[in-house]
Amino acid sequence: MAGRNSLFGPVDPAQDAGYEAPPARKGFFTDTSVCIGCKACEVACKEWNLLPDDGFDLLGSSYDNTGALGANTWRHVAFVEQPAGRVAPVSLGMPGVGPPAGALAPSGASAGGLGPPAPAEGAPNLLEALDGGTETEGDGHPDFRWLMSSNVCKHCTHAACLDVCPTGALFRTEFGTVVVQDDVCNGCGYCVAACPFGVIERRKGPAGARNVGIAQKCTLCYDRIGDGLEPACAKACPTESIQYGDLDELRERADARVRRLQDEGVEGARLYGHDPHDGVSGTGAFFLLLDEPEVYGLPPDPVVTTRDLPQMFNRAGMAGLALLAGAALSFLGGRR
Amino acid sequence: MTGTTADRDTRGRGGRRRTHGGETAMVPPAEFTSYYGRPVVKPAPWTWEIPAYMFAGGLAAGSSLLGAGADLAGHEALRRSGRLTALGALGFSMAALVSDLGRPERFLNMMRTVKVTSPMSVGTWILALYGPPAGLAAAAEVAGMLLPGSKAAPVRLLVAAGRPAGLLAGLFAPPVAAYTAVLLSDTATPSWHEAYRELPFVFCGSAAAAAGGLAAAIVPPEQAGPARRLAVGGAVAEALAEHRMERSMGITAEPLRTGVPGRLMRAARVLTLAGAAGTLLAGRSRAVAVASGAALLAGSVCTRFGVVRAGIASALDPRYTVVPQRERVDRGEPVRHVAG
Repeated sequence: MAGRNSLFGPVDPAQDAGYEAPPARKGFFTDTSVCIGCKACEVACKEWNLLPDDGFDLLGSSYDNTGALGANTWRHVAFVEQPAGRVAPVSLGMPGVGPPAGALAPSGASAGGLGPPAPAEGAPNLLEALDGGTETEGDGHPDFRWLMSSNVCKHCTHAACLDVCPTGALFRTEFGTVVVQDDVCNGCGYCVAACPFGVIERRKGPAGARNVGIAQKCTLCYDRIGDGLEPACAKACPTESIQYGDLDELRERADARVRRLQDEGVEGARLYGHDPHDGVSGTGAFFLLLDEPEVYGLPPDPVVTTRDLPQMFNRAGMAGLALLAGAALSFLGGRR
Repeated sequence: MTGTTADRDTRGRGGRRRTHGGETAMVPPAEFTSYYGRPVVKPAPWTWEIPAYMFAGGLAAGSSLLGAGADLAGHEALRRSGRLTALGALGFSMAALVSDLGRPERFLNMMRTVKVTSPMSVGTWILALYGPPAGLAAAAEVAGMLLPGSKAAPVRLLVAAGRPAGLLAGLFAPPVAAYTAVLLSDTATPSWHEAYRELPFVFCGSAAAAAGGLAAAIVPPEQAGPARRLAVGGAVAEALAEHRMERSMGITAEPLRTGVPGRLMRAARVLTLAGAAGTLLAGRSRAVAVASGAALLAGSVCTRFGVVRAGIASALDPRYTVVPQRERVDRGEPVRHVAG
């Protein structure tokens, strides 16, 4: 099924993998502008996919005590605390509690008896924290903002992990996603080094957990979407920050959403992974971000390594021929 | 470094980065953004077995080439050492490969598919083509040594198979030495991927230096001429290719110069060039030949460990992933597929 763009360039990944008339490509659109950092996605993913825990560490990175995607973490919520000042906060239409925004006095004191109780002296005001911060600068803007983003396997159009897998344990599903077959993987670890997003990982433990020694990552809930269910993380997301569906439709929805945010003055709003002409030819799971990708721990310009594979083999072929010629010359080069 | 937030990283830069390959000198950004300094890509979960395998595989390949050449040229001792070294090194490298797997008992799953997009699959099949003739050539050598002049048909058949098997092994040997460079380069590991142009030449040179050095140390000097020439040629080729490689890698050459990998790479350079010089000057001195051979072998080991460790260091520091990509984007040259 190798076609012109099988190593690089826009393709329908399922068709390129040999499926005839596959169903529509499925994916995630993660709209980080409405993520509230509740981590329901992390929990739902762990529960549905029976992922072992990683211990309970305090990482000192805001509310993120998970750290990164890995063998035991297939959804990861990043928390970025940024000094505001560079960006004025814009109401993102997040669901909230209490009276409508207009009824809230800037100090957070409740208006009338129907609002939430005023916080006790010295206690953190959760409503204001949700809105961006408790301290304000002279202009009434909070002095910092939180960026929250639920990260996940990108299910790349050109997936390096799948390309380099020597056993065929990683395969392309009919939905265009990338899944590991636990009973085939022999734990060579090649996919780990190949992934430009640092997603897939060989499970190290805990001892006694299943699939230790085997590469593990998000399956886009292959065992759910085949039955018409949505993936566990999207199901659990209370703000629809994680949206699951046909990739074409998600891309349209995302285009409309990012245009709207930009019209409202959210300058940093941009899509990430939506472009079928980028270095991995677009991803099945793409994002709406409010800042540069590296702020969230994402690579700014990821490229599937296999794009350069023909040149790599060419160079290796030249080096091999040079070695053969050198060895021949050693025997022809005189008698000593 | 650990930051309190997704902070700008303002560490000082390595000082030796300058122009490369005729491109304009560009001052790299002093700072870049990361998520709490955490890595963007994950390092390969490979321990000492993989660089050790790469060294042994190179040694086996170079030795098979020497064995095949010596067979044709009539150098019996050189042929014997080449064939036997190849088998020993191959056996060690296979064991190292299997033990590095997360599930060693599933090693044979490597053989359930042929995938040209996977250098590891390609390498598995190269080894599958190379191993049997290399083993047969060594078996013929052993049969000839243990049962000289035997008239038994199986022994005569085995000895007669030695030459075609040895030549076949010599033919498959260069891919064995070269593919390991592709194996490393075909990853998102910055210091491996960016080395893809020159790394095969570094590894092939290293293979020739190690195999030549070992053969020159164990074969009588009057038969060791080809081994000495292969060793010196390989050492010089490796040094030149490595120098060129570091200049073409931009910022991702830094891990090859700093920390433990930097020390390994410097040791590799000193050992390899000293071993080559010793080989040139050894004359008939067996002691010098042995010392030189040991230096060349050690140099080859250091090269493999240095390159592998540098790659892992480059994956653990987000700088080497983010900065080159950010520079591309800021220049307005993000990677895009252009139809054509």
